Amino acid sequence: MARVSLRVNGTSRVVDTDPTTPLLYVLRNDLSLQGPKFGCGLGQCGACTVIMDGNAVRSCSLPVSSVRNRAITTLEGLGTVARPHPLQRAFIAEQAAQCGMCMNGMIMTAKVLLDKNPNPSAGQIKDALDGNLCRCASHLRVIRAIQRAARERA
Amino acid sequence: MAPHSISRRDFLKTTGGLVVSFNLFEPVLSLLAQGGTPLSNAGGLSPDQLDSWLAVAPDGTVSVFTSKVDLGTGTGTALGQIVAEELDVLISKINMEIGDTTRTVDQGRTSASRTLERAGPQMRQAAAAARQELLKRASASLGAPAGQLTVADGVVSVAGDSAKNISYAALVGGKPFDTKVAASGEQWDLKVAPEVKPKDPKDYKVVGTSVPRFDLPPKFTGEFTYAHDVRVPGMLHGRVVRPPVVNSKPASVDEASVRNIPGVVKVVQQGSFVGVVAETEWAAIRAARALKVTWSAPPGRFPAGPDAMYDYLQNTRGFSERVGVDNGNVAAALTQAAKRFEATYRWPFQMHGMIGPSCAVADVQGDKATVWSGSQAPFITRNGIARLLGIREENVHFIYREGSGCFGRLEPDDAPEDAALMSRAVGRPVRVQWMREDEHGWEPKGPPQLITIRSGLDGQGNVTAWDYAERTLPWTDARLSPMLASRQTGIRPDENGFAIGGGDGIPYAFANRKTTAASIPWMTNPNPLRTANLRAPYAQARCFASESQMDDMAAAASIDPVEFRLRYLGESKRTADVLRAAANKAGWQARPSRASGGGGGGSAGGSGNIATGRGVAISGMAGTVVAQVADVEVDKSSGKVTVRKVTVAHDCGIIVNPDGLRNQIEGNVIQGASRALMEEVVFDSAGVKNVNWNSYPIIRFREVPDVDIVLINQREMPPMGGGEASSIATGAAIANAVFDAVGVRLRQVPFTPERVLRALRAGTV
Repeated sequence: MARVSLRVNGTSRVVDTDPTTPLLYVLRNDLSLQGPKFGCGLGQCGACTVIMDGNAVRSCSLPVSSVRNRAITTLEGLGTVARPHPLQRAFIAEQAAQCGMCMNGMIMTAKVLLDKNPNPSAGQIKDALDGNLCRCASHLRVIRAIQRAARERA
Repeated sequence: MAPHSISRRDFLKTTGGLVVSFNLFEPVLSLLAQGGTPLSNAGGLSPDQLDSWLAVAPDGTVSVFTSKVDLGTGTGTALGQIVAEELDVLISKINMEIGDTTRTVDQGRTSASRTLERAGPQMRQAAAAARQELLKRASASLGAPAGQLTVADGVVSVAGDSAKNISYAALVGGKPFDTKVAASGEQWDLKVAPEVKPKDPKDYKVVGTSVPRFDLPPKFTGEFTYAHDVRVPGMLHGRVVRPPVVNSKPASVDEASVRNIPGVVKVVQQGSFVGVVAETEWAAIRAARALKVTWSAPPGRFPAGPDAMYDYLQNTRGFSERVGVDNGNVAAALTQAAKRFEATYRWPFQMHGMIGPSCAVADVQGDKATVWSGSQAPFITRNGIARLLGIREENVHFIYREGSGCFGRLEPDDAPEDAALMSRAVGRPVRVQWMREDEHGWEPKGPPQLITIRSGLDGQGNVTAWDYAERTLPWTDARLSPMLASRQTGIRPDENGFAIGGGDGIPYAFANRKTTAASIPWMTNPNPLRTANLRAPYAQARCFASESQMDDMAAAASIDPVEFRLRYLGESKRTADVLRAAANKAGWQARPSRASGGGGGGSAGGSGNIATGRGVAISGMAGTVVAQVADVEVDKSSGKVTVRKVTVAHDCGIIVNPDGLRNQIEGNVIQGASRALMEEVVFDSAGVKNVNWNSYPIIRFREVPDVDIVLINQREMPPMGGGEASSIATGAAIANAVFDAVGVRLRQVPFTPERVLRALRAGTV
């Protein structure tokens, strides 16, 4: 076990954990952040995506010891139902999910995309999200939601 | 630990059509003879009490209690709309309480797209009965006859004198109704207060509108509590350990092999079930990976792969052979046909492929248990756990928390039993989540189907004969059969499997038409190719086969595929209407297929290596009718099929929530395209080979087609299922579009580039 300092959603947190533990389990079990989801544990589906230093990363495959003092943002760091982030508001407006299990990854990946490219084409959105799987197949709504968020931010 | 060597001949050994010797299978016929008591699917609150269905809080909030669970399809919102409509309360005042076995009536499992069709009327009538009772009490309170009362936003007023009013909350807020309602039948067939007249649909204000889904906002912020997010005090983490080879059992388990992992609490072994429990999730994962288990040599093996599986289906006598339709004289008509067609179609094992794997929390204390999961069948899960633990059914409290979109996978919900076994072993609550390889490897699969159709045309291009024969596996894990942990601990399946009926999935009125279905025996032990219902079970393959055959005949007769189909839909007006609507929306130009032998009107579409084509197919399911037109591109150099657009016309009776329905249709079509284009479970005699998303790919953003939708609203009809119907015809429409584009007929799913290229090179027609 080791004490690991993390910076999550703008707050410093210290956890006492096996340093090989993937970040995902620390976020979910030690820090009670349930936005990021376990999907595959292999970095293949995107459900566990968080933003680290401005990039979308797969928290299921990152040992917590490797992210000491990096700036981590989870879905909770964007907004709440009471005060949603523009992206979350756009996803609500487009009703862009069914079960929603993959939506953490969709929104966090979209956040990074829009931060880097505020006005992406449909093709660029598809490229950015191609590594995020959705079994209910809400893809078209996700694309529309991201386009709406870009539009409303412009 | 060399696996037994079993030749194909051994397991295909049949005599007189009867299976006589199977190392692989338990003896099916003796199982049938045993009968067995089906696992009870009963319990819950009494349906003849209004309080079992509805409660009004002092602030006017109306709580709606239902065991019909929302699997992420929006049915919770839709049922809420139906109740709000009957009661005339604001939709924002509706609070759905879903899937708690101590607080709901058993309305049966949630599957087969039956929620709005079956639970819809149950909830509507319960709400109508509540409104009637509330008006009766308001009448007494206001001193006006019930006939002079109106309701708006949960407030009852005297017509023409709105100062005289009283709210529902003032009448019953915070108190039980204590009112009996008529109820008969059970589960799907439960009838509630049938004598109460509900609202006339022409007065609907909430039903028929796109009320935003109740569940979605917190799903976009992390505030929604899925089954995977349930945490209870003192909770430990469990992981299951599955055998590497099918049918092998743990001969010995070396507990010392995980002793050096901090946090390991216990290695749990019971029968062939093996699991580990640890203080942290990561310790449980590490321990499950590190645990040294010596597995017995397997007593039997799978067929050596998908091709051997189709041989097995072909060569094994069914334990059930059912005739669905037998009209006219098919044999004579085939003999007399001017042109005969015979083709065999293959549909593979496929996965449900939940994004979030199976997960449950169980807390077993003495002879009581509390369980949380995303089961599609709260009472079946509850009663299965009672049997597993040997405790009374009512001592198991099942609490639904939504899981991942599951498409039939969580009707046999395994994780709750895993969690229950491990919780009992450690005396503390245990959360179990399957790893990705557990889910891909051990989820029950959608069964493979082998369909042969013989048909005939007369000299004028009329269909004179249709002989459809399907061979497939039953559901071995459906409904009433024990889950994995039960089977691993010695509880035998109650049923041989759920034998299928004999439908061909199409509504055409052919004078000489026969359909048969053979259910082939399959393993009922815990194994990675056990079978369960997968979205629109069996229907996609049936539609693929039947609609491909129809397309072949239309092309041979040089008749436009839409017109050809309409000739046989005279008795099926709604189907004909959706077919016309889809064709119109897609800009369908009447012409025979370009691949038609009769010179169909123009050169192939596209340019260079890219050929374009369009195809049509229709389907029906539980009263809902759908037509789809697919526009595809085929890269002739690589064999890659790209679906550009699918146009859908959909009629499911009255539409409760148009946007919710569109959401379902988009998902169904895209998932249907995924299954047709790329999905196949790969296995060998030892087990399933594709145990992650790289080896079992599903459709990705770059490959997703546009979906253009026409909704046909039948306001005078009851609501029918929207959850699956529009997934059925997508594969068939794509296959027909590929035929139109390049003239090759695809008769096996998935339409991988390799398979398409092979067909192009062989010129398969």
